[in-house]
Amino acid sequence: MTVVDGPVPVLDVRGVTKTFPGVIANEDIDLTLNQGEIHCLLGENGAGKSTLVNVIFGLYKPDKGTVKVRGEEVKFAGVGEAIEHGIGMVHQHFQLIPVFTVAENVILGDELTNGPFLSMNEARRRIRELEEQYGLIVDPDAKVGDLSVGEQQRVELVKALFREADILILDEPTAVLTPGEVDDFFAVVRSLVDQGKSIIFITHKLREVLAVADRITVLRNGRIAGTADPATATQQSLANLMVGRDVVFQVDKGEAHPGEVALRVEDLSVEDERSVMTVNGFSAEVRAGEIFGIAGVEGNGQRELVEAITGMRRKAGGTVEILGHNATKLTPRKIAELGTAHIPEDRNKHGLVGSYSVADNMVLNKYSQAPFARRWVRNTSAVHDEAEELVEQFDIRTPSVDVPIDTLSGGNQQKVIVARELTGDVDLLIVAQPTRGLDVGSIEYIHQQIIDRRDRGAAVLLVSAELDEILSLSDRIGVLYRGRLVGVFDGADATREELGYLMATGSTPDTEEVAS
Amino acid sequence: MTQGTPIPTRLVTDLGKDELAPRRRFGRRQIVGIVFGSIGIGLLGGIAPAITSETRAFAFEPPPDPLSLQFNPKTIVIVIGIVYLITAALSFLPAKYDRWSLIGQIVATALGIPLILAISLALSAAPETNVINLLDQSLILATPIALGAMTGLWCERSGIINIGIEGMMLGAAGVGFMTYAIMGAASSPGWLWIAILVAILAGGLLATLHAVLSIRYQINQIVSGVVINLFALGLTGFIRSEVIVPSGSSKGVPTADIALPILSKIPIIGDTLFTGRPLHFLMYLVVFLTWLVMFRTAWGLRVRSCGEKPHAAETLGINVIKIRYQAVILGGFIAGLAGAWFSMEAQAGFEDNMTNAAGFIALAAMIFGKWTPWGAFAGALLFGFARALGSRLQFLDVSIGDFGIPSEFFQMLPFLVTMIVVAGALGRAVAPAAEGQPYTPSK
Repeated sequence: MTVVDGPVPVLDVRGVTKTFPGVIANEDIDLTLNQGEIHCLLGENGAGKSTLVNVIFGLYKPDKGTVKVRGEEVKFAGVGEAIEHGIGMVHQHFQLIPVFTVAENVILGDELTNGPFLSMNEARRRIRELEEQYGLIVDPDAKVGDLSVGEQQRVELVKALFREADILILDEPTAVLTPGEVDDFFAVVRSLVDQGKSIIFITHKLREVLAVADRITVLRNGRIAGTADPATATQQSLANLMVGRDVVFQVDKGEAHPGEVALRVEDLSVEDERSVMTVNGFSAEVRAGEIFGIAGVEGNGQRELVEAITGMRRKAGGTVEILGHNATKLTPRKIAELGTAHIPEDRNKHGLVGSYSVADNMVLNKYSQAPFARRWVRNTSAVHDEAEELVEQFDIRTPSVDVPIDTLSGGNQQKVIVARELTGDVDLLIVAQPTRGLDVGSIEYIHQQIIDRRDRGAAVLLVSAELDEILSLSDRIGVLYRGRLVGVFDGADATREELGYLMATGSTPDTEEVAS
Repeated sequence: MTQGTPIPTRLVTDLGKDELAPRRRFGRRQIVGIVFGSIGIGLLGGIAPAITSETRAFAFEPPPDPLSLQFNPKTIVIVIGIVYLITAALSFLPAKYDRWSLIGQIVATALGIPLILAISLALSAAPETNVINLLDQSLILATPIALGAMTGLWCERSGIINIGIEGMMLGAAGVGFMTYAIMGAASSPGWLWIAILVAILAGGLLATLHAVLSIRYQINQIVSGVVINLFALGLTGFIRSEVIVPSGSSKGVPTADIALPILSKIPIIGDTLFTGRPLHFLMYLVVFLTWLVMFRTAWGLRVRSCGEKPHAAETLGINVIKIRYQAVILGGFIAGLAGAWFSMEAQAGFEDNMTNAAGFIALAAMIFGKWTPWGAFAGALLFGFARALGSRLQFLDVSIGDFGIPSEFFQMLPFLVTMIVVAGALGRAVAPAAEGQPYTPSK
């Protein structure tokens, strides 16, 4: 092997292998990062991206291989040493303490002191300097728990910069942002690179990779599947590399044939845990045979809306009519018995019982009905048979139907929910964030299932924070802003820009703004 | 770069801050208002007409010639009744006056103490009672509760639940007095201080046991705390019957009174409040230092981060395990000091289970104070006051007509008022988020 000419890369990973019991998370990975470049690490969930950066960041120790920082080989005993070597990481799940202020979060672990005491004034001053230098404005005295997701992300960046990191690892930084915030975020990333920082950018969103990367490395099943040049790569080529086969992007969708109104919501108001009216005068109709998508920035009442319609949450006002029945005061079980299926937003909290077997989870919505139970006695063999059949039919990867469901990957867990909810008669399907955290392959599959149901005459209410998902599936699109619908579009006509603007502001741009 | 319409970036997660602010609803604040209103009506309509209008007095100095405040119980009851009605009315103002309603409810709560004193004095045969003395008693009885609450704070702020405070105190009390009894009862008074030091170390040792069980072996922290309590109870029972009693010195000389310079010269309150026993004064220092270290130093910031989100702390290079050990053991030392108060300051001797649930009351004080040092201290004072009031009322012999009101009834009143306020006006206390969750570092 010859050493490439030119400057020494700031980061040079050679032959890194990391195994966990029963899993090879990384196998023989090579990766280099040059000064001032953005290197995108692309891969599906479970491809080993997070493991790799955790090795670089000193959270995991590699079984084999070397990591060199600016030409010097390092073996980090812990995160502290990685930080000392100028590596900073913004984690996918923010590592912030909600009850601390921004300044406290930033200095934690690297405190500025004056004698024995914290020097918060000095900290504030340094934070303000950094914020101005990189255009990351956040109030140092705000409580992190009160900040928006975008602001919290800025705090994470400030944290890394405060520690004088010049190698920044950004783990799925855009997963939580609105389209507008993503553009802002890219601007920040560019300004960081302009000021000499080097960035590893992890994502599974192809659009972003092409927009921001200088170089691309694709991981699959813990190995390097290939590298690509953003100048020549296309979304299709990257997706194929990621998944290892040809991926169909365009969801195959025929024309909708709307029928009777299956779900009618009138003037619905719902409170959240803090007694804030997060759904406030929501009205909508969904007809049989159509998909009604609800777009909106998270936190605008989506969760409460879905929970209220499915009977999980008390309604403060308004009515819900499902398939001709007044369902305003019905329990979730009664609502399900009317012919409603629900794929909930948080699969671990509301969709599955983690410690139950795959088979038991498959019948959560019908365990007490024949043939799965006779009076009070369960018929476990019927449950088992049903589960085996569904696992086969929905191509769920599991060692057996008797293992606890929390041993399955997220994609397979979601498929179990889809299999359970889409079996039997479904006249109204309520789907919330159906593909959150899933990889391209699973997303493709679940989208197809939803379309199939629509074509078989079900009414579908789809709530998602992914604008692409809403756009590719919906026949009609409503924008939810502060708990009410602020606009309804025809699915074929709506554009990202139009929806994004409405999602962020609750109003359409007036003519002057468009002209300028 | 995106083309077309510029997309603003404002994220809409500040729901509830402006136009969606909670409407004036019927909530906690209003319920508390109604409770105060009902009490006010009761005071004005029921108690005020029935109560004596003979003059009573609060004394502020010891006899024989005390400075005293003469008052008419009827007037006091009427005034406080009116304040309570105003508080009730404030609760139903529109939401933007919420602050006033909160202030009103806090004032109403604070008035509960003079109200209870005035009513009980009016109903008793005695014409006066010494208020400063009652206050002093409250502070003294608050000592172990406040110390125990600081123990709890250090543990829980670092993420470890500690219901073994009681056992740590008891064990320290027993081991400390044992040291005193066998080593030093006969010799110089310096031994008392060595015994107190031993008690502090014993508290630290029991805390180390709790730390090892719950951090190293990740045993359920409640179970580990119960184990500490049972172990201390058995151990000290054994120590008393097998070591202390046979040593022949089961009674000793407790710590001596000291007078704080300058402060003890203040007229009226100085002589009573600023002359006292050393461990009691040490308690104030411990509370202050707990606040100072926990909220003003780097180490305190780290401790709090471990109790809130240990994984976040780890990603910043903080050794969560080490910090938790340190905090729990520090808490143990403080519990040891509280134990020493029982067996070497409140009295010089050891009795089985002499801590008598002070450790659990300390936990309650800590929760009352929402896991803050000063709040917990206020809680400890309230509990101390309730205890002091109870014993005072036994002497005052309170009765309505021929029916003697049990002192326990008045002892209950401060808690009743507190419960209303804590449940209603102040709202829910939020524990450290990671409390009770064992932590396994990444590998």
